[in-house]
Amino acid sequence: MSKRPQLTPRERMAIPRAKMPEQDPAARATNFREVPLGLTPEQAMREAERCLNCRKRPCVAGCPVGVQIPEFIALVAEGRFVEAARLIKETNVLPAITGRVCPQEVQCEGNCTLFKKYGGVSIGALERFVADYEREHGLVEIPPKAEPTGKKVAIIGSGPSGLTVAGDLIKLGHEVVVFEALHEPGGVLVYGIPEFRLPKDIVRAEVDYLVRQGVKFEMNAVVGMTYTMDELFDELGFDAVYIGVGAGLPRFMGIPGEDLNGVYSANEYLTRSNLLKAYLFPDYDCPLPPAKKVCVVGGGNVAMDAARTARRLGADVTIVYRRAREQLPARAEEVHHAEEEGIHFQLLSNPVRIIGEAGRVVGMECIRMRLGEPDESGRRRPIPIEGSNFNIDCDQVVIAIGSAANPLLTKTLKTVKLNKWGYIEVDKNNRTSDPRIWAGGDIVTGAATVISAMGAGRIAARSIHAYLMGLPQPGEEGAEGEQ
Amino acid sequence: MAGRIIENEEVVPNVRRLVLEAPQIARRARPGQFIIVIPDEVGERVPFSLADWDADAGTITAFYLEAGVSTLKLSRMQPGESVHALVGPLGRPTVIKKYGTVLVGGGCYGLGAMYPLVRAFKEAGNRVVALMEGRTSYVIYNEEKVREVADEVIICTADGSRGIRGHVKEAFEALSEEGRKFDYAHFVGCTYMMMISSKATEPYGIPTVVSLNALMVDGTGMCGCCRVLVGGETRFACVDGPDFDGHKVDWDQVFSRLAAYVPQENLAYQYLKCREAGSVRASPVREEVRP
Ligand SMILES: Cc1cc2nc3c(=O)[nH]c(=O)nc-3n(C[C@H](O)[C@H](O)[C@H](O)COP(=O)(O)OP(=O)(O)OC[C@H]3O[C@@H](n4cnc5c(N)ncnc54)[C@H](O)[C@@H]3O)c2cc1C
Ligand SMILES: Cc1cc2nc3c(=O)[nH]c(=O)nc-3n(C[C@H](O)[C@H](O)[C@H](O)COP(=O)(O)OP(=O)(O)OC[C@H]3O[C@@H](n4cnc5c(N)ncnc54)[C@H](O)[C@@H]3O)c2cc1C
Ligand code: SF4
Ligand code: SF4
Ligand code: FES
Repeated sequence: MSKRPQLTPRERMAIPRAKMPEQDPAARATNFREVPLGLTPEQAMREAERCLNCRKRPCVAGCPVGVQIPEFIALVAEGRFVEAARLIKETNVLPAITGRVCPQEVQCEGNCTLFKKYGGVSIGALERFVADYEREHGLVEIPPKAEPTGKKVAIIGSGPSGLTVAGDLIKLGHEVVVFEALHEPGGVLVYGIPEFRLPKDIVRAEVDYLVRQGVKFEMNAVVGMTYTMDELFDELGFDAVYIGVGAGLPRFMGIPGEDLNGVYSANEYLTRSNLLKAYLFPDYDCPLPPAKKVCVVGGGNVAMDAARTARRLGADVTIVYRRAREQLPARAEEVHHAEEEGIHFQLLSNPVRIIGEAGRVVGMECIRMRLGEPDESGRRRPIPIEGSNFNIDCDQVVIAIGSAANPLLTKTLKTVKLNKWGYIEVDKNNRTSDPRIWAGGDIVTGAATVISAMGAGRIAARSIHAYLMGLPQPGEEGAEGEQ
Repeated sequence: MAGRIIENEEVVPNVRRLVLEAPQIARRARPGQFIIVIPDEVGERVPFSLADWDADAGTITAFYLEAGVSTLKLSRMQPGESVHALVGPLGRPTVIKKYGTVLVGGGCYGLGAMYPLVRAFKEAGNRVVALMEGRTSYVIYNEEKVREVADEVIICTADGSRGIRGHVKEAFEALSEEGRKFDYAHFVGCTYMMMISSKATEPYGIPTVVSLNALMVDGTGMCGCCRVLVGGETRFACVDGPDFDGHKVDWDQVFSRLAAYVPQENLAYQYLKCREAGSVRASPVREEVRP
């Protein structure tokens, strides 16, 4: 990368970190359009100049799929945006998405040499920029396809991990069919993450890209109900199956009042709004009645998304979280955005009861918490402070305390081993105990991230390909392409 | 193509028989299961019980009442058109066993939905008594089909215009007073009927199952919208049901949750009518964000 304009490291460090233009907080709290507007080409090139091209590439080590970060950034610095996008896509097929939703501050950017003192290079913003540039200028090319192999692969679930497997295997010449239970492809990317954070056009463009390459999508197909696993192999002639069904089982708290009207799981709340477009009710038929005061329980991305959605629907919103601010598991940017939009945080508090009147929520009783010794997760355990109960008035409660493995498909599988929480057990190649079946993403790890689900898909795709072609498994003696 | 309408005919006032092309659902369907339909691209996901299926022809049948926006939209669709989405079969199939004498009671859309239950209980070697209720004589439909498979069909009408005067509950009580014994009862239809009928069988100690129609969104256990309290435990009607022990269901909670969106449903209905009459248009802001 010697063609770069020669700046000294000191000069590079002197460049202030790019500030992404954003919709004004007051305006955006009433619409569902995307909040960060994206870098301009000039901003992107300037930001790229900040990269020191470190020999040890700590940023790359922080990325779960090892995107070639300094290399793509060097291309951005030279204005070679499309080449940069293609370089990223060698390891990460959905950069427009990960650039928007990765928790960069604990992954690539958090590992960047500049992170502590100057703020990391805005790797996510650059990734997003080049991917948007390529797409918006119609420069996305269909990659060359290998000769048809005559092998057929079924992918169950169209979330990020399923889409990754589909993209990898179609290029290698296999026939690929994706089965999806819902009526829109994309998994959490369409039903969970709101429009204002990830415009659905982008997900649709990624799906279209796969369709143009020949991937078939069968929507409204619930495997386990509409099709059985045996049928996929024995009647429909698939040679291998990838399970990427996510962790779609909502958790409730098990406290009194959870069945009252006005209490939602975050999945329901967000599915109504995102997938069924309840924010456009009554132009769209699915209702999500406006509330005056909404309490969202939880502190992750899901809680932030639910809170910011409720805010946009016109409510006064409070996030109730049992630990302290530093422990909020959500992406830093989401917490920051939520605060800017006027969402209140009731930290170190935990609900004990939801209060109802005539079947509807009118409030929530909480108890204050303090932090004790660190637990298994290394975080300090919240302990209730006896007698500190207090009430919050609210007319809706959204419960966003995590999700678990949905057993709808897995309980029908006889040959696939599950762990004690109902997640699928896999080996290092994401292969299950049934040698014809692979799995990855949230149904293996529990709720995690988009990029880790994609990483699992990539590993599985390589292993599936080896299996189909009669090659040694990656990691085995004689395997090709070992890195 | 899955979801193409083959038939959409009014069988009695306000009730239609919907026959859809759905080869994959037809070959998998079992008694007690349901489908979810999205009428058009702005529609919501609406569950309907499977009332029949034909694996050879690749078709499924459901009966529906015109109740609100979704069913109004459906009622206007013509054979040859397709619904926006169709998914199924969903829900656990009804547990079909040999009990002895089985009572299957249906009303509303349950007059349609009871047919596969009656057939399956009959095939399992039971003596099956079908109780069909209606407000009045001319709203009873599907009777010929049920007669084909039931040992006995008893009609009851609220106004007494045909058969026993009263609902499924009163008919059951009348039969019990005559000394008729039932080893199992299954009710499907409107919630009120299922509740009072379950309450009626309880003193007789008759095992009773109801097919609940909780509000649903995804139908795959992902959202929890359909939760019902059964025996003090929260269950998801779409994946743990829709069949539950009628003596253990918390009926107050079922009613309360069913009424969650009544104001919005009314608004949506009026809004659709107004739009059709040309008196409102979608607001420009909304149009802008529309896909
Ligand atoms: C609200 C929300 C916000 C999030 N925000 C972020 C974020 O900012 N950054 C980040 O990195 N991660 C975020 N995550 C986590 C991330 O979205 C998930 O880790 C990721 O989507 C998992 O991908 P997956 O492919 O395993 O499954 P999913 O995305 O869950 O997709 C699974 C798909 O399989 C389908 N399916 C399920 N069962 C069946 C079946 N039997 N037959 C057919 N299809 C089936 C489902 O309908 C679904 O479409 C968020 C999650 C949520 C819920
Ligand atoms: C498993 C299952 C099976 C079902 N099978 C059938 C069927 O075979 N045929 C059929 O016609 N309906 C059936 N239903 C009920 C059907 O889904 C609702 O009637 C439907 O939501 C009506 O949609 P809509 O938009 O037309 O009316 P909405 O605008 O949603 O509702 C109009 C009116 O109907 C009431 N309502 C809505 N949903 C229900 C419900 N689930 N139970 C009782 N009242 C309700 C509302 O409170 C409102 O007053 C079933 C429901 C479930 C969960
Ligand atoms: S994929 Fe995510 S972690 Fe990796 S470089 Fe891109 S934004 Fe960073
Ligand atoms: S760690 Fe930061 S500065 Fe160093 S190469 Fe990576 S992005 Fe560039
Ligand atoms: S409808 Fe969503 S869980 Fe049952």
